[in-house]
Amino acid sequence: MSKLLVSPSPHIHADISTSRIMRDVVIALLPSVIVSILYYGWSSVMLLAVSVITCILVEYLITRFLMKSPCTVTDWSAAVTGVLLALNLPPACPWWVAMIGAIFAIGVVKMTFGGLGQNLFNPAIAARVFLLVSFPVAMTNWAKPAGFIGVDATSGATLLGTVKEGLAKGDTLSQIFAANDFSYLQTLFVNIGGSAGEISALAILIGFVYLLARKVIRPHITLSIWATVIVFSGIFWLINPEQYTDPLFNLLTGGVLLGSVFMATDYVTSPMSARGGIVFGVGIGLLTMLIRYFGAYPEGMSFAILIMNSVVPLINKAFKQKKYGRA
Amino acid sequence: MTTTIIWTIVAVTLLGLLLAVVLYLVAKKFKVEEDPRIDEVEKVMPGANCGGCGFAGCRAFAQACVEAPNLDNNFCPVGGNEVMKKVAAVLGVEVKEKAPMVAVVRCNGTCENRPKTNEYDGYKSCKVKAALYSGDTGCIYGCLGCGDCVAACQFGALSMDPVTGLPVVDEEKCTACGACVKACPKKIIELRNKGPKNRRVFVSCVNMEKGATARKACKSACIGCGKCEKACPFGAITVEHNVAYIDFNKCKLCRKCVVECPTGAIHDVNFPTPAQKPAPKPAAKPETASPAAAVETAEAAAPKPAAETKRPVQSPATAPASPVTEKEAPKPEKKEE
Amino acid sequence: MKTFSIGGVHPHDSKIAAGSKIEVLPLPKTVYISMIQHLGGPAKAIVAPGDRVKTGQVIGEPTGFISAYVHSSVTGTVKSVGLRKDLNGIPVVHVEIAVEPDEWMDGIDTSDKLVTEIPEDRQFILDRIKSNGVVGLGGATFPTHVKLCPPPDKKAECLILNGAECEPYLTSDYRIMLEKSEQIVVGAAIMKKVLGVSRAVIGIEENKPEAIAKMRETVSKLQSSAKGYDGIEVMTLKKKYPQGGEKQLIDAVMRRQVKSMGLPIDVGAVVQNVATSLAVYDAVQKNMPLITNTLTVTGDCLPADRQKNYLFRIGYPLSYIAECNGGVPEQAAKIVSGGPMMGKAISNLDATTQKGSSSLLYLTEKQTERKPESNCIRCGKCAEACPMGLEPFLLNKLARNGMTEELEQNAVQDCIECGCCLYSCPANIPLLDMIRIAKGEVIRAMRARTAPKK
Repeated sequence: MSKLLVSPSPHIHADISTSRIMRDVVIALLPSVIVSILYYGWSSVMLLAVSVITCILVEYLITRFLMKSPCTVTDWSAAVTGVLLALNLPPACPWWVAMIGAIFAIGVVKMTFGGLGQNLFNPAIAARVFLLVSFPVAMTNWAKPAGFIGVDATSGATLLGTVKEGLAKGDTLSQIFAANDFSYLQTLFVNIGGSAGEISALAILIGFVYLLARKVIRPHITLSIWATVIVFSGIFWLINPEQYTDPLFNLLTGGVLLGSVFMATDYVTSPMSARGGIVFGVGIGLLTMLIRYFGAYPEGMSFAILIMNSVVPLINKAFKQKKYGRA
Repeated sequence: MTTTIIWTIVAVTLLGLLLAVVLYLVAKKFKVEEDPRIDEVEKVMPGANCGGCGFAGCRAFAQACVEAPNLDNNFCPVGGNEVMKKVAAVLGVEVKEKAPMVAVVRCNGTCENRPKTNEYDGYKSCKVKAALYSGDTGCIYGCLGCGDCVAACQFGALSMDPVTGLPVVDEEKCTACGACVKACPKKIIELRNKGPKNRRVFVSCVNMEKGATARKACKSACIGCGKCEKACPFGAITVEHNVAYIDFNKCKLCRKCVVECPTGAIHDVNFPTPAQKPAPKPAAKPETASPAAAVETAEAAAPKPAAETKRPVQSPATAPASPVTEKEAPKPEKKEE
Repeated sequence: MKTFSIGGVHPHDSKIAAGSKIEVLPLPKTVYISMIQHLGGPAKAIVAPGDRVKTGQVIGEPTGFISAYVHSSVTGTVKSVGLRKDLNGIPVVHVEIAVEPDEWMDGIDTSDKLVTEIPEDRQFILDRIKSNGVVGLGGATFPTHVKLCPPPDKKAECLILNGAECEPYLTSDYRIMLEKSEQIVVGAAIMKKVLGVSRAVIGIEENKPEAIAKMRETVSKLQSSAKGYDGIEVMTLKKKYPQGGEKQLIDAVMRRQVKSMGLPIDVGAVVQNVATSLAVYDAVQKNMPLITNTLTVTGDCLPADRQKNYLFRIGYPLSYIAECNGGVPEQAAKIVSGGPMMGKAISNLDATTQKGSSSLLYLTEKQTERKPESNCIRCGKCAEACPMGLEPFLLNKLARNGMTEELEQNAVQDCIECGCCLYSCPANIPLLDMIRIAKGEVIRAMRARTAPKK
């Protein structure tokens, strides 16, 4: 023992740190990553590698040379953004699109606001929307690259896209489903056609359970999104089951699961309090379904999250934690 | 087609006219009467908005100057006498010239003089540290070394000396706004007369403990022995609560006290030669030759030996042995900017 | 099972020393008794060098309404009365006494006999509590007689005995609940009588089942054998920090919340620690001044056979206690007096024990070192943890910008400094460090505002 340490209380700290949290998110993403690599093969590996490396590199360069602040790469947050972005891209997407997306996510969405904790929008989602608008062809090319396992089916569109197109043509849902050989079981395990991370609902749910078990996230936001999607689509489906897709379909297809578990729960861009989280989740669920049913795009999760991101400060102000003794 | 265009032009013009009338009426009704001299005074202010004058900013100060009957109680420390003269000219009043001031750090507790007794591990803020306990050295009055003063200084005039662990004042940059004085929870920093040719003598210690205790905590503490008080021919020095204080209005810079002080707690700065008594090696200090020497702030940071014996010697270019304050101190300041 | 309704954290309870019986520390050669052992005005030393004092003799008199007597904990000769640094390194008047064998003051009952009969005279009880210098031993050391005399316009409804001991590592309350349960219950009955309340609840956290069983058994035994013990009950509380915080305990037990800047008595509650109850028993039934208390010496870096609970007297140098325990362990980087969440880091081991000392806790560098601060990731864990429902992340930001008005609007003055926010912050932001300073400033500003009206 040399000199005694002295500091203000508390003298102990919970076994928790930013890097541990971010690492846990990466671990929770692993099932989805593995499934996507298995089914989409080298192109998925390529997207992941390009996206993660670019994110980390851009963050390093910006902190080092532009901001001249301590390097924040070691906190794993750039890696999380990288993985999430890759999982949000079509598997056949060219590598340079992923790179541009990564540069945009870190360089524009995250660092221009001041880095970790300061950004208003979720970097991965904002980058995805940016790419969708900038490279609509590359971003909606749902061709299936050769994977390590599974059939080499070449799918032309996502389920949601097929449905939207079919409905626009005037078909009924039962006709569309019958034509596309749709089953719920398929969406749970291997749902070819869609972003790399949307392939398996089960893999995402495993990640969700892991995040909950590690107390990284609270279930409020995710569950309120699911509940809203189910209730909203349920009402419409009951009114006209041939025109509006059913609740389970809406929950299991597209980006609802991936977005609700990993993107909407991003600390920085979601409300602080549990009550605020529920409002946030309901908002995302509603907007998603509105876009899916009535919008021009087949999928609305990304837009919904981005729109709700922008009102988070207001939600934070309106839904504060109840204070002790100030009823 | 043509009629649409004409109608549009007419409608927009009418709307514009109507709004102009409304604006005119509103402006007339809610006009704030303000002395135009406030604007004029504000123009001559430095515009630092540092609050050193005691007002919220330069405009508030200008307003106070305009409203006050004379300028005796208002002084802009940043602009100094020059700005005050301009203010006086605008307002057409007399202004008394004030001696320029400078912030002085009154602590000798370098790492060497004042060994650490424990290791502080909390948030690096003097305020937080002072609220927690007496500090990580034996001296309960001295500098805490977390740099609240450096953070408070808007002019980049303060920096922490990594060697001594004490703040150093850059005389050139210091405007004597007093922000550091307010920021220091230990009340170590004082605004003192800059002095003729920037020469000053001051007690660089505020330890009010009894001599033995103070000495035990810090080799260069003022022990309140009173030798300086007796030596001072001008009655400028008083010893109270075991610590000496030199009234800079009475001090004539004779430096008898510097020689007398048994611990080297009294510092003299910017003198060409060291204070003499049985002086070891009197040597000329190349003060006028180099701007670096003028920067030499020495207060506090010049440790005790520097005040008595070390006063070197060579030209600044070849002065590796010159006190840290000359060579090292300005460096971190540049980083600050 | 009950607990408080907002926030809270679950640090590992690490009650390593729970199994070790209370041992009496031998007398040192010299004791130094501080004149500030309580909240309020410091006591004034009334002895001079050369005076001979007996054990239990008054050596310090209170200097105000909120102040307390200080008694000599030993017999001997006063060597000096002067400044000595306390555990924060701040000089405080201490009385130095050269220790001789004990010679107790007259009128102090030093026998072990349990006195269960409660005195009838309320004033007699209060006088005894006051003259024997009893202060709250839960941490704040607020003079007990003041707390037991609520202002006439307020009425106490329930006495809450705090046996939660929610701080990790500490086991002294647990040990006295096991070993001195009768005295604690008698003390509770005495306080119940003084307050004129019909209900007294002893709140104990679920992680101390033996203490709960023992206290329950003692209460029913005394209820069947003596008068004045009706209405005392033992309540099991969920394990959650800071259960033992006064406001949290009231919320847990009575489901009432004290208003901001209010006192427990506003909702009819009076909270006392179990150790205080023991001191009240000693003071009233035995006329024994508060000169002893129980302290835990513990820490993960201390060998199992040196995890101890000691009965100490006030004025023992902490270094002496550490030596009696076999010295400060090599790996200890920080020594805390009190629990790891709210205790004080000791900067000076020559400081001496006080009435409220509860532990010498050795923490290793790995356990206690502050890690570098990083960006706030707005995870909201601090707000989730805050038992007062505050938003530490926001208060931290406001404090750094010196926004006093906004700080007051966001209730920084309600902070109880429990440390939950800093404990749970993944970015290691020194939330409490900043908030504590801001709270002080805001409370000072609020006082300054109300002062001229008086």
